[in-house]
Amino acid sequence: MAEELIPIYIMGKKYMVPPTLTIMKALEYSGYQLIRGVGCRGGFCGACATVYRLPGDYRLQIGLACQTVVQPGMYLAQIPFFPAQRAAYRLDELEPTFQTVFTLYPELMRCLSCGTCTKACPQDIDVKQYMADAMRGDIHAVADRSFDCIMCGLCAARCPAEEAQYNIAILCRRLYGKYLAPKAEHLAERVREIEEGKWDAALEELKSLSEEELRKRYNERDIEPA
Amino acid sequence: MSYTPEMRESIKRVEATRSARLSETWPTMTPAEKQEILEKFHPDYIREGMREIRVGVSKGQRMPLELADIVEGRSHLHSDSLDLEQIDYDTDVLVIGGGGAGASAAILARKNGAKVILATKLRFGDANTMMAQGGIQAADKPNDSPAIHYLDVMGGGHFANVPDLVEALVKDAPLVIRWLEELGCMFDKEPDGTLVTIHGGGTSRKRMHSARDYSGAEIMRTLRDEVRSYPEDIAILEFAPAIELIMDDKGQCAGAVLKNLETGEHLIVRAKCTIVATGGSGRLHYQGYPTTNHHGATGDGIVLCYRAGAKLAFLDTMQYHPTGAAYPEQIVGLLVTEKVRGLGAQVCNVDGKQFVYPRETRDVEASAIIRECVERGKGVRTPTGMLGVWLDSPMINIIHGPGTIEAKLPAMVRQFARFGIDITKDPMLVYPTLHYQNGGVALDVHGRTNVPNLFVAGEISGGVHGRNRLMGNSLLEITVFGRRAGRAAALRSKEVELGQLTLAHLDDWERQLKEAGVEPKLVSPILLPDYTRKVR
Repeated sequence: MAEELIPIYIMGKKYMVPPTLTIMKALEYSGYQLIRGVGCRGGFCGACATVYRLPGDYRLQIGLACQTVVQPGMYLAQIPFFPAQRAAYRLDELEPTFQTVFTLYPELMRCLSCGTCTKACPQDIDVKQYMADAMRGDIHAVADRSFDCIMCGLCAARCPAEEAQYNIAILCRRLYGKYLAPKAEHLAERVREIEEGKWDAALEELKSLSEEELRKRYNERDIEPA
Repeated sequence: MSYTPEMRESIKRVEATRSARLSETWPTMTPAEKQEILEKFHPDYIREGMREIRVGVSKGQRMPLELADIVEGRSHLHSDSLDLEQIDYDTDVLVIGGGGAGASAAILARKNGAKVILATKLRFGDANTMMAQGGIQAADKPNDSPAIHYLDVMGGGHFANVPDLVEALVKDAPLVIRWLEELGCMFDKEPDGTLVTIHGGGTSRKRMHSARDYSGAEIMRTLRDEVRSYPEDIAILEFAPAIELIMDDKGQCAGAVLKNLETGEHLIVRAKCTIVATGGSGRLHYQGYPTTNHHGATGDGIVLCYRAGAKLAFLDTMQYHPTGAAYPEQIVGLLVTEKVRGLGAQVCNVDGKQFVYPRETRDVEASAIIRECVERGKGVRTPTGMLGVWLDSPMINIIHGPGTIEAKLPAMVRQFARFGIDITKDPMLVYPTLHYQNGGVALDVHGRTNVPNLFVAGEISGGVHGRNRLMGNSLLEITVFGRRAGRAAALRSKEVELGQLTLAHLDDWERQLKEAGVEPKLVSPILLPDYTRKVR
């Protein structure tokens, strides 16, 4: 049974495609071999940010091409690259304070809290709220709330205050991860042991075993309960 | 796009057995049972799926047909195609590949005093690293040790692993976690700083560290941001894949020819040391399998290194992840993280019955799912004719409390919700999917190949995983060996004296093909998969 095709408009040109395809697969079905605007094909990398509009509706919508199914009459274009500024910094020279964030991204305070960014986010992150967290200097809150960010740039593309929200977010996540998150003591201890060579002999011994002996040890090893 | 009525019927049976299954542990297979199921059902054992390569330094090695075709491909260039005196970039260390291994290598090369160029085919960070969800292994808990980790890795790899590489992997593991912590990676932690760790398939201790289910993405974006902090030392060239390595007249690797993917322009990079970190090859779709891999995973680096004379190892073994999405159609092949099973979800057939211990090593788990569907006819059929089994995710909230799935697996919840499936309430339909290239270019503990000044790191390499990789050892491999290669290349670059640049090895390759009577089927590296529908 032949599948009924639907019309979509890629950068203004009409193509007929099966209605079950994602935007990405519809582009390929239409004959595009993708170079830009394609990445992990799994919703993790943010390479395929797409802007589209549906017939009879003036509003622009957004989505990831690899995660959004085509709709009849969809007008679409991909945003292959967004030239947002990343401030120049080296993490180990910074302090985890509001002042740091503000100094690197002074435009932070231009945020209008209009919420266009939140509407634009394909990950359903409350971008407006984490920008408010940033303006209050709550780096932990920014880190936590922005965690699922894939840095596709759609927030920045739509922002009337010309913020690069996702770059502010990764700065805060790294400040949090390095300076504010509690340190793993057991990890530091194990690193010390390894550097002192505590495990060298045990590893040498294992490396010297015959395959048969190694198999025996493996099959007899105790397994920590789930 | 939610489940069909037939699938709903089967889900009812999964729900009916759920409370009984909560206290039911399926036994693990004996070594003999494992061997039998692998030989009968694992794609690596399908003889018609592989062949020997007929030319080059590893002539006679078996590998999947699709990979053998690109390895035996014809170059885009001849020795006289380009004027190699016209050098566009001159550097200490050239890193080819912008994933986790390449980024780690660039950071460590710079730290050890080298000027670095990082060239990548697509965007910096477009890599399988970005998609790794489950986590990264390291033996840093008091009940664990690098020695226990070693044993798990060797057993998982069927004892074929290169012992020195495994030792490097397990010994560096805690060092790498601390390094990432220092770079600002947000690993899951208890309030007192204790790292949250869980089991993965084949682990005997809970040593899987995660960053929700964005573990690889968190590592990748952190490493990428770190690389971008040093623009004066590390130049990043995007959409500029390498299409050949350049040698010198002393037989050393001396850089690469890059191609600007948009303009077609060739760029000559002369480098004292070259690190190839181009990742895997899932987009070659061995044996017709769908894949979890990134768009750019086309095995380019294998082709370049092999033509330059680098030896290969273990390319007859690929990893098929047991749980790729089998439904809905839009996400077929996509990874359903092993963390779902790590958190307690069981695997069930069409009748809602368990048939395999949920945390066997990946090759065994995948084989058991294939057997259940293909031989026993207990799979669930989707509208497009695909088979799958249920991964009973709702169990997780019953075991660990409401909200666990949402907190620990946000990416999975979102992924399925986009297509109308709520994995907190309904199970997911899964089937094995091509996930990882276990083998690749042979290397030593410093990432050195047998070709002078040519290094490899990450999924392109072969040896550390033997014949099967454990979950959480790939994010570990790319960081451990990326760092090692970066450091070793930087130190080596201080001693290198390059001679006259040449592409003579390409003519030699042509000659070898001719002598072996091989008529190449294609020009390689292929750089991009072609999914375009052939139009008139």
